[in-house]
Amino acid sequence: MQTANIDQIIDAHQGKPSALIHVLMEIQHVNHWLPREVLKKVSQKLEVPFNRVLQVATFYKTFSMIPKGSHEVHVCMGTTCRMRGAGELLDTVKDLIGVDVGETDADMKYSLENGSCLGCCSLGPEIIVNGKHHTRVEPSKADDVLKSYA
Amino acid sequence: MSEILLQIDGKDVKATETMTVLEAARSAGIHIPTLCHHEKLEPYGGCRLCTVEVETRGRARLVAACLFPVQPDLIVRTHTPEVDKLRKTIIELLMAHAPDSFELLDLAQEYGADRNRFDQESSFCLLCGLCVRYCNEVKQKNAIAFVDCGAKREINFIPEIASQECRDCKECFPLCPTSYLQAAYFLTEALAFPHESNAAHALTKK
Ligand code: SF4
Ligand code: FES
Repeated sequence: MQTANIDQIIDAHQGKPSALIHVLMEIQHVNHWLPREVLKKVSQKLEVPFNRVLQVATFYKTFSMIPKGSHEVHVCMGTTCRMRGAGELLDTVKDLIGVDVGETDADMKYSLENGSCLGCCSLGPEIIVNGKHHTRVEPSKADDVLKSYA
Repeated sequence: MSEILLQIDGKDVKATETMTVLEAARSAGIHIPTLCHHEKLEPYGGCRLCTVEVETRGRARLVAACLFPVQPDLIVRTHTPEVDKLRKTIIELLMAHAPDSFELLDLAQEYGADRNRFDQESSFCLLCGLCVRYCNEVKQKNAIAFVDCGAKREINFIPEIASQECRDCKECFPLCPTSYLQAAYFLTEALAFPHESNAAHALTKK
């Protein structure tokens, strides 16, 4: 956990309850998940009751309350990608990482998520890793994509 | 504060500017059913059981009485076939979650609702938010949180706070239209701070 970074983010918004979502997003970005202790600190410094922080942190899918791997892998499952073979692609990625959707591998390297239309229908099926789109991915190429982040 | 004149179920009702339709109706002795409303709490509008028909400038629409502010010459109808049918459906939907809630059973009788109309999915919590809001607004202890969203939404006691604040309060228990709140509390206690409750038990035994 990058404590120094997290503290910086929180301190920069001290006493500003309205910055809650912004702060949580930044912490999620650098730390990949929101530990309970961190949420308590956010609650104290931003002066937002802890139950409100918890409510927001569990409401949005962007936030994770459990540890995530350092690489966030999304496979698009929108209609177009699905028609272009995303189902098979997702199965391949599941096998390669060894986890199901919503899970993280034991080495804390990859977290797998799916999404419904991640915005590049004409280029599907696609894998998005840490926000970077890998397009027209044949299942046989999935391994190469993942390995490039090893 | 200026006085506002409106009409509820054909009756002329005087209200003050800051009142909601529900408050105005109650002040005139007209009953509107509610579930998530509580006098000490900010209007919430979660259950929609208080739905009534309002008419302004010849146009009628459905609104939540507990939220809707009074306005001059407003015409309110608290019982129309449409309103009653809507309430019946709301009750039936809620009963899929808490089929044995006394409050719901009473309402079901009043509106002819069928508790088995929808498949049972007993979560027991109606998400009325009374517990969460009472703890936040009246007690200001913030010991209960809504977590998750959509179909997974639920209330959670926050063990760190509940272990300090709840044992001598429990004022939220009677507010809950089901037994879920109590169950959730005792589960939290048993899992997260059993020692505190054991200590209290030992004290009362002496
Ligand atoms: S636990 Fe009871 S009071 Fe709290 S939200 Fe659920 S139904 Fe309402
Ligand atoms: S009482 Fe008005 S919405 Fe629940």
